[in-house]
Amino acid sequence: MEKGSAVFENRDLNLKATELRLGLPGTDEDSGNQSSSSSQVKSNKRSSSEMDGSELQQSGAPVSKAQVVGWPPVRSYRKNILEKKKSESDGSGFVKVSMDGAPYLRKIDLKLYKNYLDLLKALENMFKCTIGTYSEREGYNGSECAPTYEDKDGDWMLVGDVPWEMFITSCKRLRIMKGSEAKGLACCL
Amino acid sequence: MCLFRDMMSYFPEEVLEHVFDFLTSHRDRNAVSLVCKSWYSLERFSREKVFIGNCYAVNPERLIARFPRVRSLTLKGKPHFADFNLVPHDWGGDVYPWIEAMTKNGINLEELRLKRMLVSDESLELLAKSFPNFKSLVLVSCEGFTTDGLAAIASNCRFLRELDLQENEVDDRKGHWLSCFPDSCTSLVSLNFACLKGEVNVAALERLVARCHNLRSLRVNHAVPLEALQKILVKAPQINDLGTGSFVHDPDSETSKKMKNTLENCKSVRSLSGFLDVNPHCLPAVYPICTDLTSLNLSYAPGIYSNELIKLICHCKKLERLWILDTIGDKGLGAVASTCKELQELRVFPSDLYGADNAAAVTEEGLVSISAGCPKLNSLLYFCQQMTNAALITVAKNCPNFIRFRLCTLNPVIPDAVTNLPLDEGFGAIVQSCKGLKRLSVSGRLTDQVFLYIGMYAEQLEMLSIAFAGDSDKGMLYVLNGCKKLKKLEIRDSPFGNAALLSDMGKYETMRSLWMSSCEVTYGACKTLAEKMPTLNVEIINEGEDQVEASSSPDARHRVEKMYLYRTLVGPRRDAPDFVWTL
Repeated sequence: MEKGSAVFENRDLNLKATELRLGLPGTDEDSGNQSSSSSQVKSNKRSSSEMDGSELQQSGAPVSKAQVVGWPPVRSYRKNILEKKKSESDGSGFVKVSMDGAPYLRKIDLKLYKNYLDLLKALENMFKCTIGTYSEREGYNGSECAPTYEDKDGDWMLVGDVPWEMFITSCKRLRIMKGSEAKGLACCL
Repeated sequence: MCLFRDMMSYFPEEVLEHVFDFLTSHRDRNAVSLVCKSWYSLERFSREKVFIGNCYAVNPERLIARFPRVRSLTLKGKPHFADFNLVPHDWGGDVYPWIEAMTKNGINLEELRLKRMLVSDESLELLAKSFPNFKSLVLVSCEGFTTDGLAAIASNCRFLRELDLQENEVDDRKGHWLSCFPDSCTSLVSLNFACLKGEVNVAALERLVARCHNLRSLRVNHAVPLEALQKILVKAPQINDLGTGSFVHDPDSETSKKMKNTLENCKSVRSLSGFLDVNPHCLPAVYPICTDLTSLNLSYAPGIYSNELIKLICHCKKLERLWILDTIGDKGLGAVASTCKELQELRVFPSDLYGADNAAAVTEEGLVSISAGCPKLNSLLYFCQQMTNAALITVAKNCPNFIRFRLCTLNPVIPDAVTNLPLDEGFGAIVQSCKGLKRLSVSGRLTDQVFLYIGMYAEQLEMLSIAFAGDSDKGMLYVLNGCKKLKKLEIRDSPFGNAALLSDMGKYETMRSLWMSSCEVTYGACKTLAEKMPTLNVEIINEGEDQVEASSSPDARHRVEKMYLYRTLVGPRRDAPDFVWTL
């Protein structure tokens, strides 16, 4: 069936055609393609450039992969659980950082850092303090500041104990302890 | 043959019945009932377990007429693609008429197993009150009921042994269904409520477990915290299948230590699942039971990274079944391959559905390691970022024993990651090597060639799932002509049309069902098929943008968005909603 296959000869582009793209309808070269695929976004439904603009503002970044209905084939039950877990973890990565004695808090995006070294350097710069180096046995012993964070369970933990990936998903906020309290923490370790 | 007939008449019926007792598989029983009239008659009165793979292929009246002594019924409703939101919720598959008919006809129902069916609270209440010997309820991927229905089951089924709820959408009324088990209920062997979203009365659960000395399987939901689970397990050290709920606690706390000790005492645990919420630091508490574990399901456990998983799996040398998320990575699969030499079934699920270039996803490398390390592997479900023909060819060589092979590339049309060619040769190697293959799902960039291979080599294939594949009708024709044992064929978004659909209409009588959505079949062809084959129900699901006015007769050339056809003994179903047309 030649007619049938013609619709699909550019099947690789079908996903591209379902991309949410900026631009007025009709400018898309595939817009003439009348595929009955349920994954197609019919271009005549996207009515105004206003809508395109607001899409960009809302998402912050253009959607790069199409979301085909029912793909990947995962049961709705499982999908719902994954989506719930995702929304709970708040993808933005921004956490509040407080430092003892500072008049106001700051906010940083943990996703911008590759590892603990990066993060600690950034904190040192931001708050003009010395945190020093981490050791498993003594924490940040000797330094005037100790970085701590509140994890998902609500406990205050010393930054550096867990693997980096685990840290960025479980860190809810940061607090840089100063002075005697910081040293006190070191003494307990 | 004459001698055979004479011999058969020597055996009194009781003897034949006794022989039939040893036939447990429904296929064997079906075969036996076709031998002759007297065997048919004998068999039907002695059959206690009936399996109905498509609830619309027969009806309750015929079931009861043929098998009046039925005690255990298995029913499946919606087509498989309903799992992926391709079928509207109110499509059908209501169990109520079945329960009602059995009640009216005095059937002594003891066991009911339902998959993808609509189950209302009324159905559950009727079930609970009508069958005094009811023992086992298993609901998989069902919907339509609430915890009130479960309360009815708990209150009324005095001899309940099994209540197994798997991945159902249950409206949680936050009632006290668990407390409805009377104090006199001591018969529970299996209780699985992991899919329930609401709170449960933990004290009631503890008391229930304490008095059910035969309890072998317990799977709790996320609302049961670690402390509660620990106390419960103290009362059930004989358990062999455990589904934890929330596994979060401070690993240095008393509770965590108690948990470890309690688990050390549960020497019969062979199957472990749950971890619906988990603090990876708590995982070492389960190490004591890992040594004898044969089945492990961590596929709902988020945020356990490769290293933690590896540490855990290194303890599980006897594992036969593993369900996991792709956060395990290729490296983690390598560890599985070195440790789990007894592995038979592996399922790797995606942790990120939107494929955001997930570095943690698995690739062909992980699969190749597994195939090399686990020679007993026979069942696979693998969601991966990419695949290559070379890898599939290697896997086929390493593991010729696949019975189920389901590969799902996150990008449905991705070609070979190295050569950019279609994955035809890879899947071709799988079907050629795995002579016992019964179920296959293909994905990635595929041409008609892969279907040529499937038709040629997949002689035992019973179920085939196709998505975004093929170039022309030839593809579908290769499959229909070649796969003699095909029972279920489901196709979406592929360029197969009328010529393929209509080439061998009789074939569909040998199959349970055919699903085609977003293909090239037209209304006219479906109508032709329906007219020529009265033993098939050809249903069109007419919804969404594609919707045609009920009054107007659609153009024969109008492409059909969703078609589902199945063989049936009872003609068009009477409960079809407005948007389902039986042609």
